[in-house]
Amino acid sequence: MTILTFTIILLIGAYFAGLLGSLTGLGGGVVIIPLLTLVFHVDIRYAIGAALLASIATSSGAATAYVKEGITNIRLGMFLEIATTIGAVIGALIAVYTPTNTIAMLFGGILIFSAAMTLRKKTQEASNDGSQLATLLKLNSSYPTKDGQVNYKIKNVGAGFSIMTVAGVISGLLGIGSGALKVLAMDATMRIPFKVSTTTSNFMIGVTAAASAVVYLQRGYMDPGLAFPVILGVLGGAFTGSKLLTKMNPTVLRIIFCIAITFVALEMIYNGYNHKF
Amino acid sequence: MKKILSKAYWVDRDVEKLVGLQLRYGVIISSLVVLAGGAVYLFQQGHIVVPDYTRFIGEGPGYTSFNGIFSGVAHLQAKEFIQFGVLLLIATPILRIAFSLFAFVLEKDKLYIGITLLVLCVILFSMFGGLKV
Repeated sequence: MTILTFTIILLIGAYFAGLLGSLTGLGGGVVIIPLLTLVFHVDIRYAIGAALLASIATSSGAATAYVKEGITNIRLGMFLEIATTIGAVIGALIAVYTPTNTIAMLFGGILIFSAAMTLRKKTQEASNDGSQLATLLKLNSSYPTKDGQVNYKIKNVGAGFSIMTVAGVISGLLGIGSGALKVLAMDATMRIPFKVSTTTSNFMIGVTAAASAVVYLQRGYMDPGLAFPVILGVLGGAFTGSKLLTKMNPTVLRIIFCIAITFVALEMIYNGYNHKF
Repeated sequence: MKKILSKAYWVDRDVEKLVGLQLRYGVIISSLVVLAGGAVYLFQQGHIVVPDYTRFIGEGPGYTSFNGIFSGVAHLQAKEFIQFGVLLLIATPILRIAFSLFAFVLEKDKLYIGITLLVLCVILFSMFGGLKV
């Protein structure tokens, strides 16, 4: 295969990965890793490098709109980024000593968890029951809804911070945004309304991914020949996805895709178990 | 200029909007650079057989260090140009933190100036801390 054919096929594949990531809410990087490793048989280290770039591109691209609308809680994001960036640096360090097959199996596990997370019921109500620490850190805020500004308060700051550190480690180790874990920390633990937790998580993914991306770039995980089709394809797919989401209700699609992704995840685990990475 | 440095100007303009715009332009500019480099790369090397990505050898210094990437860009090398776009993309969220820092300084929010500096330090440490092993 020539470089031209390879690039075009990968560009189309990355476009659908971005579309799928956007429609399911899993993020741009998550689908890139199985696409590169299972379909193109690319070494998982190159795949991780490319996936990190896809995560940064889609999260920064999408954050624009939410930040502008005032849904994103910037103070909360900044505070939790202490946890995710430290975690990401630790993850990138552990990655050197982790066999690629283990990384592949871990990735499969996280993928199943993420798919399950997108299907579960979310916190919609704003909570009025906040903790002292949240007040001290000025984390309580408000966000716009159909019925005007709604105030919300945050609790379990310490527990949320700990889960965020784990999310950071996983993000650094696997090269993904680990949005599902971030939403779990904010949504289930800190009781933040769903719209705020997803947009704030998305806002944080770029910074978290950048913290480990600088390490991976220097380690030679980022190949320009892969980065070029992956970045452009994923961005295009994510853009189409965001346009489609305003026009239709993706619930049924989301269920179908999450089942499909579970099979992909099982294949990653199976291949990892058989030392195929 | 005086207007830009006054606090009222920023409160009016809403720093959050600027952060949003910075992120958008960062992504647009970096993908344009990647696209330009990629187009030349395909034009020059499109007919060559795909390199073996199934085995990890890692990238050479030309693609992994500031010096390597910048000297490649200066010599208009296609792949280094893509890698320069990659650098710009990675810099986008990092620059966003710097923007937030600026916003918190204007708001005189000492707690969040500290928090933002801490995040910035972690990233700088991972950049220059020699973690590549």
